[in-house]
Amino acid sequence: MKARIEEKIWKTVLWVISFSTLAILLVILFYILSRGLKMINYGFLTETPRAMGREGGIYPAILGTVYFVILTLILAVPLGVAAAVQLTEYSRESLLVKIIRFGNESLAAVPSIVFGLFGFALFVVKLKPYTGGYSILSGSLTGTLMILPILIRATEEAIKAVPREYREASYALGATHWQTVTRIVLPAAAPGIITAVILGIGRIVGETAALLLTLGGSVLIPTSIFAPARTLALHIYLVAMEVGAMDMAFGTAAVLILTVLALNLSAYFLRRHFLSIRGAK
Amino acid sequence: MLGRRIRERFYESLLFISALISVVAVFMIALFVFLEGYPIIQKEGLGNFLLGREWRPLAGIFGIFPMIVGSIVVTLGALVLGVPVSLATAVFLAEFAPKRANMILRPGIELLAGIPSVIYGLFGMTTVVPAIRFIETRYLAHKLPPQMQSGYSVLAAAIILAIMISPTIIAISEDALRAVPRHLKEASLALGATHWQTVVKVLIPTARSGILASIILGMGRAIGETMAVIMVVGNNVLIPTSIFSPCRTLTSNIAIEAAYAAEGPHMQALFATGIVLFVIIIILNLIALRVAGREVMSR
Repeated sequence: MKARIEEKIWKTVLWVISFSTLAILLVILFYILSRGLKMINYGFLTETPRAMGREGGIYPAILGTVYFVILTLILAVPLGVAAAVQLTEYSRESLLVKIIRFGNESLAAVPSIVFGLFGFALFVVKLKPYTGGYSILSGSLTGTLMILPILIRATEEAIKAVPREYREASYALGATHWQTVTRIVLPAAAPGIITAVILGIGRIVGETAALLLTLGGSVLIPTSIFAPARTLALHIYLVAMEVGAMDMAFGTAAVLILTVLALNLSAYFLRRHFLSIRGAK
Repeated sequence: MLGRRIRERFYESLLFISALISVVAVFMIALFVFLEGYPIIQKEGLGNFLLGREWRPLAGIFGIFPMIVGSIVVTLGALVLGVPVSLATAVFLAEFAPKRANMILRPGIELLAGIPSVIYGLFGMTTVVPAIRFIETRYLAHKLPPQMQSGYSVLAAAIILAIMISPTIIAISEDALRAVPRHLKEASLALGATHWQTVVKVLIPTARSGILASIILGMGRAIGETMAVIMVVGNNVLIPTSIFSPCRTLTSNIAIEAAYAAEGPHMQALFATGIVLFVIIIILNLIALRVAGREVMSR
């Protein structure tokens, strides 16, 4: 009897603790949005910052974020998908594959400020004639390395989920390995890959520490990929810590949070949608 | 026919090169950070650099001992606050949660992992820091020296980091709990143990290596976290003596000073700080790998 009561008590405790993690999430979201949403209006989104970001809008930061994310994806997605195809379709579990996997895991564990140091030393300083020093390109090259492990891992899983029969049917029709991969496996894995890309965007859109050392933090509207810029996340840090314009920081934070929420929700629903299609077959 | 074979060979070698990029990248990162930071360690001596208590870059004095202590203290604080809650949640999700609760909690925890660190920083700076400042100035003013009454403190960083590392710990330890073979659980229940007793006496002990790995990985995240910590920890170069002390971590040392450091010894010292950080993270990951084996790490 004592054991039963004990169990009841502990179960209640677990309920409370588990839902308190959810409560923390809701508190953070509610707090940021309640202080930030009232800042957002047409002018806030379309004007350039004035007085170091104390007044005006965040248009250059929005543009900087879009440029940075798109360029990073252009660099990272082909590489990540190719690497995942190599690891799943073309490799047996050899020593080399083990080394590659270890490389991937180590890359995922490197703190973002160390990526920043590396990006600064290589892209900003050493390769300055090619990247323009502090620039969107330097930031994106650094960002590429940061999301590569996530992309590779998720794409691998998407490829592994493609049923064996698809491949066998393709071979039976006389297709080569390469044709099977590009025309059968990759299209079938596409939903999973797209979900991975969306989650990858969610990750880099909030990246700050590495960009602090590579992107330059300019408040001007970026004119090319060789120009310095700032992203929304970087803008939040700079106006909160260096200017002390908390209202502007909250407004920007609300925009960033809504972006991250939208990305996560779409990934969530995409995944459910594709799972239900696959389940229905 | 032959042309196609050659073309396919070419594509396949492209794939292979792509797969090697992450290995090359890790190697390059290690190489660059070491090359840039090594000269100052050589000049100052490793002992002086690691154990030196003074950091006065403009005077050419580089000791990062306060930052090492800062990183350790903040991380331990985060573990003390975060681990019990995270483990409880993992146990709940793996064993007790009805499907409905699972469906609400899981996306919530994923979202918690997806919130950018700068937003945690902003949140901490405007809620946790003022709350601690209020306690410090209202109730502890006569006990604490003035520099410990700003709210920016070890405690503030530990609270924010505890929230940030919980998704990692929850996800990996939940997996470890779920991986416990069914028959162990059934045997325990068949002996008349309650569900709770089974969890405490059978499931948690069996899953302990995975749980330990989750904690070590959470530790790695806490030590490597930069933005959220900078915004709440105060960044004063001093060895913290209380949870209300402000301090500076290895990561914040780099981020704060890299913006204005001149080429030369100062910048080298920041890279050398990066080396220390890098080495700590690699060691933690090797330990986690050793403790848990591959399956857990591949998350």
